[in-house]
Amino acid sequence: MEKTLEVKDLHVAFSTYGGEIKAVRGVSFDLYKGETLAIVGESGCGKSVTSQSIMRLIPSPPGKITNGSVLFKGRDLTKVKESEMRELRGADISMIFQDPMTALNPTITVGEQIIEAIIQHEGISRKNAKEQALDMLKLVGIPNPKERLKHYPHQFSGGMRQRIMIAMALVCEPEVLIADEPTTALDVTIQAQILDLFKEIQVKTGVSIILITHDLGVVAQVADRVAVMYAGKIVEAGTRREIFYSPQHPYTKGLLNSVPRLDLEDDELIPIMGSPPDLFAPPAGCPFTARCEHAMEVCSRAYPFQTRLTEEHHVECWLQDERAKALLAR
Amino acid sequence: MELRKQQDPNIAHEIPDEWFTPKNKDERAAEAVVRPSLSYWKDAWRRLLKNKLAMAGSLFLVLLAIMAIIGPMISPHGVSQGNLVNQNLPPSSEYWFGTDELGRDIFARTWYGARISLFVGIVAALIDFIIGVIYGGVSGYKGGRTDHLMMRFIEVLYGLPYLLVVILISVVMGPGLFTIIFALSVTGWVGMARIVRGQVLQLKNHEFVLASKTFGTKTPRIIRKNLLPNTMGPIIVQMTLTVPSAIFAEAFLSFLGLGIQPPLASWGSMANDGLSSILSGHWWRLFFPALFISLTMFSFNVLGDGLRDALDPRLRG
Amino acid sequence: MAKYILKRLIAMVITLWFIITLTFFLMHSIPGSPFNEERATSEAVQENLEKFYQLDQPLIVQYGNYLKSVVTFDFGPSIKKSSQTVNEMLGRGFPISFELGIITLIVAVISGITLGVIAALRHNGFIDYLAMTIAVLGISIPNFVLATMLIQQLAVNFPIFPVATWSSTMHMVLPTFALATGPMAIIARLTRSSMLEVLTQDYIRTAKAKGLSPVKIIFKHALRNALLPVVTILGSLAASILTGTFVIEKIFAIPGMGKYFVESINQRDYPVIMGTTVFYSSILIIMLFLVDIAYGILDPRIKLHKKEGI
Repeated sequence: MEKTLEVKDLHVAFSTYGGEIKAVRGVSFDLYKGETLAIVGESGCGKSVTSQSIMRLIPSPPGKITNGSVLFKGRDLTKVKESEMRELRGADISMIFQDPMTALNPTITVGEQIIEAIIQHEGISRKNAKEQALDMLKLVGIPNPKERLKHYPHQFSGGMRQRIMIAMALVCEPEVLIADEPTTALDVTIQAQILDLFKEIQVKTGVSIILITHDLGVVAQVADRVAVMYAGKIVEAGTRREIFYSPQHPYTKGLLNSVPRLDLEDDELIPIMGSPPDLFAPPAGCPFTARCEHAMEVCSRAYPFQTRLTEEHHVECWLQDERAKALLAR
Repeated sequence: MELRKQQDPNIAHEIPDEWFTPKNKDERAAEAVVRPSLSYWKDAWRRLLKNKLAMAGSLFLVLLAIMAIIGPMISPHGVSQGNLVNQNLPPSSEYWFGTDELGRDIFARTWYGARISLFVGIVAALIDFIIGVIYGGVSGYKGGRTDHLMMRFIEVLYGLPYLLVVILISVVMGPGLFTIIFALSVTGWVGMARIVRGQVLQLKNHEFVLASKTFGTKTPRIIRKNLLPNTMGPIIVQMTLTVPSAIFAEAFLSFLGLGIQPPLASWGSMANDGLSSILSGHWWRLFFPALFISLTMFSFNVLGDGLRDALDPRLRG
Repeated sequence: MAKYILKRLIAMVITLWFIITLTFFLMHSIPGSPFNEERATSEAVQENLEKFYQLDQPLIVQYGNYLKSVVTFDFGPSIKKSSQTVNEMLGRGFPISFELGIITLIVAVISGITLGVIAALRHNGFIDYLAMTIAVLGISIPNFVLATMLIQQLAVNFPIFPVATWSSTMHMVLPTFALATGPMAIIARLTRSSMLEVLTQDYIRTAKAKGLSPVKIIFKHALRNALLPVVTILGSLAASILTGTFVIEKIFAIPGMGKYFVESINQRDYPVIMGTTVFYSSILIIMLFLVDIAYGILDPRIKLHKKEGI
């Protein structure tokens, strides 16, 4: 499959009063054309920072990409000039944010907010840009789009605003769409509608989507592949099927156990006890050690190697070591 | 793919076998890194100490307060004791800040002016605080119709031009220290009342207050741990910033001849007296009162700014 | 919107009435007649004078008359300068004060916003610290102190500008500068903090994610929203500029309304004090009203808020 985006060994740190927070510590993944990759994890695991680093949107200072590369169309996005980056943003890579209530400028009409993106990148007349914006609003299912272009964000419901955000992100036909918790702030019924819209748009435009979420329900509905992040690292990744039906990392298992499932009789939810480690001083070993029920001596002493199970499925856990398997078997 | 580290049996075997033993539960808990958490006030204090400008301001205010107390005493000349022989003398070893047109010692008068300014500023801030907390507290706590009516009244007062009202009251009551403080208090508390009301409304049914109650935390502890840090910040800042505006108002009134009356001295009235000296070249008559009003207001303003930055819980880093 | 304007209009009228009433009763609570302080007037003359100024009637009647005359915009004759009416004084003094006030307001707004925006964009940089130190100084130095210092330095020691009066552009520089510094500093600080807050908003990140240029982001998306709080304080700034004109006109001997007001205070010329107070207050309250309306136009959310709010 054709790769649209390659992230290699990405490190991002924030310098704060208390010291340096290593928010992302060596994240690598590929994004294939036309697929949806979900990045899953608890809040603070670095998934949003990863996505914003791809677009170089992390506030800097204090944030800084300290290592790694993001390859897109043969260019390393961590190294291109800011002006080049600006041409890419919104045109080739777009982003949708969590809270549609605050992500739109309250004092500018939604029409203008969509049109300005088109004019910025395509340099066409305002009239044509307006036509294009209208088509886009129709595509994302805004009723009465001609009227609605003149309205301000507060005149829309949350779900409608997120549709507008999607329209705005897709209006220049980008190849990559990064959606950072796009449904978290919405009602459950609206969530389903928005997710359907993602799928529909992907079929129509062939856009590759990176979906950042903490909600495994959302992942199950739309993701082709899943990367599980913990404490700034991808601890397990694989196809949706592999992650849901044969999870290997204790953290992935924990996540799945803490989500209600209708297909299982025994519906007892098991929360993951404890909280993620402090990224001011990330542990040398596996960051999940303190919360892991299978923790071994080795876990806190060395970070586990990556074990590749199938073409897509890989995991970073000491339990994959033969000696650990022997220990468990005992 | 080749970039990725595969589990290489050779390297993996460098990890000793004895590490593959189950980990003790207690040991694990101990490994969870805990960042030392600073208490709210300690943290605020640390931030304030780091603010050089605010610290310089506080230092100046402390020195000013000391001089306001002992200044008139260490000066060999009385505040309103003049000697026409010595009129308009430039600063010298005898008269450190020079003398005015009536031969009075500007050094002694400056520190007397400091007393007036600090007194007016602090008393006005305290009165604003008391009225504001009561009015705003009642309004916010009662809510509903009472709140609505009380806020309407505040809106009317807010529309009044503050200094104009102060001038009117001074005209009616006759000039003097009491008049100034009274006049400043009539409208000054409005800002404080608004802030207190806002805080009370916000906190009344705030989730963390509710949460503390649910966990059975005792009331004084709720107040100390939750309500105070969140409420006191804006109130302290407002008080600190009320002081310079009261000092300005006093100086302004005295400058217009509506404030402290001769022979007593206030920075405003000294500046007014010194106005004629612009052309005669007796710069010291205007310079010292002007310098001290400005420095004092500056110090209170930077201290207020520093406190605001230090006390705002959202800025904790 | 119409409902909102009507509401503000009613609030405005109530505040005005409150001020007129307060002024009236405050002035009439001063013990003694305004005439018996000075030269020994005979009883007959005094009675005639009191009749002329309607001071012989019951307070409530006087109050009614005063309300009537205020509504018809007639503030009556001056007591101390019997040949003049308050209206004449206002007619002569107001245009000059208005000129001084408006120029000051424009200077303060433009320079304050510029300074605040630059400081915010260079957040924590040298320019930021410099601008904010200037701003705190501007707030801390009273306008009358600044005015006297300016005269001493730039008119007497180095005679670049004229010392006093109001007749040419050069005459306007020092008074305007002295009066504008404080409001400018307030605007600069507010603009800066408001701009800094707006720049952290999600919609600014959205604008960046769209690939807009920094110039577009700042001027189209950030500045407009950052200036909304600045608009709200314009009313009270106008008030401080207006009271500032009292001392500035006194120091620079500018024949404006403030000079008459200060004179009337010192001479206890009650009709003039009352007239000017009511006049000043009306101007300020109308300013506040206009600011409210402007805010309603600038912020499209305001209509909804009002509907939800009450």
